Amino acid sequence: MHIDALILSRLQFAFTVAFHIIFPAFSIGLASFLAVLEGLWLLTKKPQFQTLYLFWIKIFALAFGMGVVSGVVMSYEFGTNWSVFASRAANVIGPLMAFEVMGAFFLEASFLGVMLFGWKKVGPRLHFAATCLVAGGTLMSAFWIVSANSWMQAPAGYAILPDGRFIATDWLKVIFSPTFPSRLVHMVMAAYLTTALVVGAASAWRLLKSPDQTESRTALKMAVGMFALVAPLQLLAGHWSGEVVREHQPLKLAAIEAYWTTKSPQGLTLFGLPDRTAKTTRFGLTIPAVGNAIEGVSQTTVLKGLDAWPRRDWPVVGLVFWAFRIMVGLGMAIIGLGVWGVILWARNRLFSTKAFLWASIAMGPSGFLAVICGWVTAEAGRQPYTVYGLLRTDHSMSPVGFGQVSSSLTLFLVVYAIVFTVGVLYILRLIAKGPGVEPPAALHAARAPGTAFAGLEYEPDAAPQADVSRLERV
Amino acid sequence: MSIDLPLIWAGIIALAVGLYVLLDGFDLGVGMLFPFARSSEDRDVMMNTIAPVWDGNETWLVLGGTGMMGAFPLAYGVLMPALYLPVILMLGALILRGVAFEFRVHGGRRGRPFWTAAFAGGSTAATLAQGFVLGGFIQGITVKAGQFAGGPFDWFTPYTVLIALGLMSGYALLGSSWLMMKSNDALHGDARRWTKVTALVTGLFLAAVSVATLFIHPQVAERWGVTFKGVDVLRIMTLAPIPLLGVAGLALVALGFRLRSHFMPFIGVALVFGSGYLGLAVGFAPYIAPYAFTFRQAASANNALALMLAGTSVLLPMILIYTVLVYWTFRGKVTPDVGYH
Repeated sequence: MHIDALILSRLQFAFTVAFHIIFPAFSIGLASFLAVLEGLWLLTKKPQFQTLYLFWIKIFALAFGMGVVSGVVMSYEFGTNWSVFASRAANVIGPLMAFEVMGAFFLEASFLGVMLFGWKKVGPRLHFAATCLVAGGTLMSAFWIVSANSWMQAPAGYAILPDGRFIATDWLKVIFSPTFPSRLVHMVMAAYLTTALVVGAASAWRLLKSPDQTESRTALKMAVGMFALVAPLQLLAGHWSGEVVREHQPLKLAAIEAYWTTKSPQGLTLFGLPDRTAKTTRFGLTIPAVGNAIEGVSQTTVLKGLDAWPRRDWPVVGLVFWAFRIMVGLGMAIIGLGVWGVILWARNRLFSTKAFLWASIAMGPSGFLAVICGWVTAEAGRQPYTVYGLLRTDHSMSPVGFGQVSSSLTLFLVVYAIVFTVGVLYILRLIAKGPGVEPPAALHAARAPGTAFAGLEYEPDAAPQADVSRLERV
Repeated sequence: MSIDLPLIWAGIIALAVGLYVLLDGFDLGVGMLFPFARSSEDRDVMMNTIAPVWDGNETWLVLGGTGMMGAFPLAYGVLMPALYLPVILMLGALILRGVAFEFRVHGGRRGRPFWTAAFAGGSTAATLAQGFVLGGFIQGITVKAGQFAGGPFDWFTPYTVLIALGLMSGYALLGSSWLMMKSNDALHGDARRWTKVTALVTGLFLAAVSVATLFIHPQVAERWGVTFKGVDVLRIMTLAPIPLLGVAGLALVALGFRLRSHFMPFIGVALVFGSGYLGLAVGFAPYIAPYAFTFRQAASANNALALMLAGTSVLLPMILIYTVLVYWTFRGKVTPDVGYH
C-alpha cells in the first residue's frame, strides 16, 4: 500500500506544480511587460500604450489569480505529502521560502489590489509604482523559490545532524548554491519569452483581422524584439546551466543525454527511445564522438555514463531525455521565429506576411510547453532524490495512506480541470476580442462596477458597448 | 544572555494565524453570505468590498504554513499529515472561491451563476475545513517516534463538528459586520440583520465550545483552574480578562447597534475573535502540535530562526505598513454604480 501512496503523492506533486508553474511563468513576464507599457505611456503619452496596458492587465488579473490559488496549495503540500522531507530540510530551505512569502507574495498581493482597482484612488505615478512593485515582487519570488529548489539540486553549505536533519552551516552557500545563478537566469528569461510568445500570438491574431491596428503592431514589434534578443541569450543560459549540471549532477547529465556507458568521447544521441531495462537507446540516431564537443569539454575528457551509478539511483531516463529535447527544440524554433521576424521587420513586411503571423500564433503556447519540459528535466532528473544524493524520495513521504492521497489527487484533478479550462477560455476570449476594441469608457460600462478598471474616467457620451451576456445578471 | 528565538517565532506565527483569521475571516464570511443577498447588484457590491484586499488576506495563510515549516518544522511535519483531508479540502475550496473573483466578471449566461455558486460554496467549504483543522488541532495529534501515527479521520468528531459550525457562524459575523461598515442602503440593512442573527448564534457557539472543551479536555479545564477537586479561583481570576474581552466585544456590537454606528460592530466582533483566540491559546500553550510537541521541541535550528528573524524584522513592519496603506486607499463605502472611485 505504501508504494501506491508514494506514487500517487509524486503524481499529485508533479501535477499541482506543473499546473502552478504555468501561471508564474506567464505573470513574471507579464508584470514586467505591464510595467514597461505603463512607463512608456507616462513617458510618451502615446495612447496605444495605455490601450495595451488596459488590455493585458485584464489577462494578467486572470492569470495571476490562478497562480495565487495554485501556489497556496504548494505551500501546504510539503507538509501534507512530504512531511519527512519538510521536517528534515526545513532548517535549511524553510527561511528561503519564508522570505519568498514575506518579501514577494505580500508585495504582489497587496499592490495587485492597487494596480487593478486603484486607478482613480491613487495618482498615475503611484499607480506606476504599484505596477513596478508587483513586477519586482514576481522577480523576487522567482529568486527565492529557485534558490530553494537549487539547494535541493546541489546542496551546499550544510551539515547533517545525527537524527538526519539538515542544518545550514553557511547561509550564503545555501542561498547561492552551485546551480542557482544559471537556473535563475534561465527561468526568468523563460518567463519573459513565454510572455512574449503569448503577446506575439495575440497580436498576430489581431493583425490577421485588422492589419492596421496600431496597438497590435506595437505589441508584435515588442514581442519580436524579445524573441530576437532573449531567445539566443536563453540558449547561452541553457548551455551554462548544462555545464553546471555536468559538474554537480553528472548522473542527471547522463540521463539527459542517455549516456549508458562511461567513455571518452561520448556520442550525441539526437533522438531515440531510451530503454532503462536493456540499458540502451532503441532506434537511436547517434552522431559518434561529438558529445564532448557539445558539452564543451575536450575529446579526451571522460564523461560518466549511467553505468557509473547503481541502477536504483537512476532517474526515468526516457522522460528526462525527451523533456530536454522538446525544450531545446522549442527553443530553437523560438530563435528561428525571432530571426524571421527581424528580417521581415527590416524589409517592412512584418505585418503583411501571413505565414509569419500564423507561425507566431502557432508558437503562442510553446513557451509554456518549454517551461514545463525544462522543469521536468530538472525535477525528474533529480530523482530518485528530493535532496540530490542525500535524501531519497521514498524516504521523504508523509505517513498518509492510499485512500487519502487518491482522494486528494482526484479533488485536484477535478478542480484544476475546471479552473484551467474556464480560465484559458476566458483568456482566449479576451485575446480574440483584442486590445482597443472598447474605448476605456465603454470598458467601464461593460465591466461590473468595482472590478478592474471600473474606476476609470467615465465618459457618458461615449456609447457603452456592453456585452449582452453581462447584462443578464445572476 | 541570548534572545529566546523559539518564543519570538511562536509569537510571529500566532500573529500571522490571528491576522489570517481576522482578515480572511471577513472575506470568507462575505462569501458565505452571498446566497442571502437580494440581488446580483448587491452581490457585486459585496464582492467589490473585498476584491482589492482578499489576495493580501490569504497571503497570511501562506505565511502561517511556510513560517511554521521554517520555524517549527517538526510541528508542520505532524500537523499536515494528521489534518490531511481538511487541509486538502480547504485548498480546493480556496481555489474555487479565489478564481471566482475574476471568473465571475468574465462569465456569461452559464459561467456567472456557476462562479457565484463557487464563490459561496468555496467560501463555506473552506471555512468548514478550517474549523475541522482547528478542532483537530485542539483535540490533539497522535504522535509516535516524531511522526503522526493516528488515523485519517481523527479530526472528525462531534467536538470538531461543533467547532467547525461555530467558526462558520463566526466568519459570517465578521463578514456581515464588515459589510455594515462598507455598504449603504438596503444592503446595509441586510448586513445589519445578518449581524444580529450571527452575533447571537456565535455567542451561543462560543459558550457551547467553551463548556464542551472544559468537559472533553480535562487538561484544558485544569488550565482554567477547574478540576474534580474544586475550582482554583485565583487562576480563574487571572484568566478572567480573556472571556471578559469577549463579553466586551459583544457589548460593543450591541452598543454599535443602539448608536446605529457602521463601524463599531466590526470592532466588537474583532474583539470577540481576539478573546476566542486567546482563550484557545490558554488551553494548549506551549504546545504547537497538541499535545506532542511544545514550540521549543518543534523549533528549527537557532541559525535558521535567527536568519528568518533578521529578514522578518525588516519585512514584517513593511508588510504591516503597506497593508494599512492599501486598506486606507480603499476606505469608505462601496456603492453599486461608480462607487469604486
